[in-house]
Amino acid sequence: MKITLKLFATLSDKLPADASANAAEVEVPDDATATQIIDQFQVPGDMVHLVLVNGVYLPPESRGTQALNPNDALAIWPPVAGG
Amino acid sequence: MAWTKKVMRVNLTDGTIGEEPLNMEWARQYLGQRGLASKYLFEEIDPECDALGADNKLIYTTGPLTGTMASTGGRYSVVTKSPLTGTIACSNSGGFLGPEMKFAGWDMIIFEGKSPKPVYLYVRDGHAELVDASEIWGKSVWAADRILHTRHQDPQLRIACVGRSAEAGCLYSAIINDLHRAAGRSGVGTVMASKNLKALAVRGTRGLGGIKDPMRFIRATEEGKKVLREHAVTGQGLPTYGTQVLMNVINESGALPTRNMREVQFEGARNISGEAMHEPRKSDNRPNLTTNAACFACTIACGRIATIDQNHFAIENKPEYWRNSGGLEYEAAWAMGTDTGIDDLDAATYANFVCNEDGMDPITFGATVAAAMELYEEGVITTRETGGVEYKFGSAKALVHAVEAVAGGTGFGKDLGLGSKRLCEKYGRPELSMTVKSQEFPAYDPRGIQGMGLAYATSNRGACHLRGYTVASEILGIPEKTDPLVSKDKAGLVKAFQDATAVFDSSGLCLFTSFAWTLDNVAPQIDSACEGDWSAEKLVEVGERIWNLEREFNRLAGITGKGDTLPPRLLKEAAQTGPAKDKVAELDDMLPEYYELRGWSTDGNVSDETKQRLGL
Repeated sequence: MKITLKLFATLSDKLPADASANAAEVEVPDDATATQIIDQFQVPGDMVHLVLVNGVYLPPESRGTQALNPNDALAIWPPVAGG
Repeated sequence: MAWTKKVMRVNLTDGTIGEEPLNMEWARQYLGQRGLASKYLFEEIDPECDALGADNKLIYTTGPLTGTMASTGGRYSVVTKSPLTGTIACSNSGGFLGPEMKFAGWDMIIFEGKSPKPVYLYVRDGHAELVDASEIWGKSVWAADRILHTRHQDPQLRIACVGRSAEAGCLYSAIINDLHRAAGRSGVGTVMASKNLKALAVRGTRGLGGIKDPMRFIRATEEGKKVLREHAVTGQGLPTYGTQVLMNVINESGALPTRNMREVQFEGARNISGEAMHEPRKSDNRPNLTTNAACFACTIACGRIATIDQNHFAIENKPEYWRNSGGLEYEAAWAMGTDTGIDDLDAATYANFVCNEDGMDPITFGATVAAAMELYEEGVITTRETGGVEYKFGSAKALVHAVEAVAGGTGFGKDLGLGSKRLCEKYGRPELSMTVKSQEFPAYDPRGIQGMGLAYATSNRGACHLRGYTVASEILGIPEKTDPLVSKDKAGLVKAFQDATAVFDSSGLCLFTSFAWTLDNVAPQIDSACEGDWSAEKLVEVGERIWNLEREFNRLAGITGKGDTLPPRLLKEAAQTGPAKDKVAELDDMLPEYYELRGWSTDGNVSDETKQRLGL
């Protein structure tokens, strides 16, 4: 299935070469979880902090169990803050 | 002791300057900086006084750790009554001015009265004099800074100054120190200019002594620095991307107020984000971001130094803006970008430069331009009022026109200098002002981050993110993740953030350390530096005392619990997109519990029992 993968801040360089504006449409296995997709794109696990699926926070305990749906947007940040 | 225990009192009316001991009884109750100066203000002025009259006072104040080797120990604050909100105002700044005050031997400088002519205060250690400012009155901060450094022949002179906007009466003028650090919010610069006080120029050569237990202090500060260094946010995220890394986070979370808060997501957010600041521009192949920068003693270094494409329309014939200067922070990029619907990074950077150059709060400025744009698009104002410029959402030309007009106090800039509340009232549409207690919101929509709605509504200086930043928990998961779309249990979260923030703001430390530190990290640093016993528990009590004192000041100024609300747009118009779709700010679900947790009456007054408990 196809999803939109968005990687921000220091994770940006893990996106495919054809990515634009921190986002790329990518092919992942049907029923893939966030953790599987994180592994597929070699995003360092210790730098995965904030994970949103369609803007909604996905807690760490659900990242390996909750399957994504086609056309979902998966957005990931390392630890960041501001204000 | 860390405090110098000396206060300078400057009577601008008769030109006298005196010295007095710091009230150490109050220091034990209010610590320093925000808390201690608020106590002085509370005791010394009538809260109902005219903020721009001679009866108001303006207090430059440091914390006990300002000027020490503690990481980020470079903060100072300016405390006064705000002309924008009528509330107590406390605006906090970094850079190097605060430590220089301490090195000259002063914890606090209290300005009172009004000078008959423009002056500036020159301080060199124990020497202080009021100097004629006719040469710098009417000049920008940057021009005045150059003149004073040349006149005093001292490159290490530290200067805080107001710009032309303050002289022209803009109600949200900031005090700028070190060219681009700002005591930014609530119009503290307007108060300074109203006293005919153009600048404070300080040189201190005495260093800082009196640390209670030097060896324990060294160990405590080193341990604190280690925590900051090893924490991913303060060790990597903030130095690399600055606060601007939030632009995409908040947009993806559906809580990015857009076009005067009509929407909660901005299609152009990525173009003005921290990530975009790193990328080479197509036009000149150079990035907006030149480097990061640090304030005194800071081991985080989140500051942004930026350049604008020399061929950008905003500066193409203005070589004075071709060099680098203080770049966009998240709140400024939001206000002058997202809230106005403008995704032109260099235009927003230019507006930021001008806000520094002539001393305006970029949050209130940008949000006021956004309100003007909605008034324009609604047909309430036309090019006749604006001076011929179309104030459409997304117009970078309107932004550039606006910032230059407010900086110089000319044309439509006089209207914009009122802030959005008075602007919208003037044109008969008060509901279009996105404010609490007359101060504009920053960059987090309370429909998508529920706790922030309560934090804004109850902030003692009007809408502000720096009085209770529950975004840390609700979005970023610091110290622990809570659901931003749920209002339940947010009252306690808001109170905890408010009280802890008051402690950081009273210590001399930067609030950004709180992304990695708790008060358990702060307490050993204060306890080893300052006389007395300072546990984390005691600091929480100090924070609560400060919050309630500020609340009491506001009540005596005539601002009551009725002001603890949000604009109708946020309470009645639901978000249309993103995770918060169909949600409004659920303030009514949180406010009664908050009052109860605070020990206040049901109409929001500090109860006698609470006053007694806190020694107010």
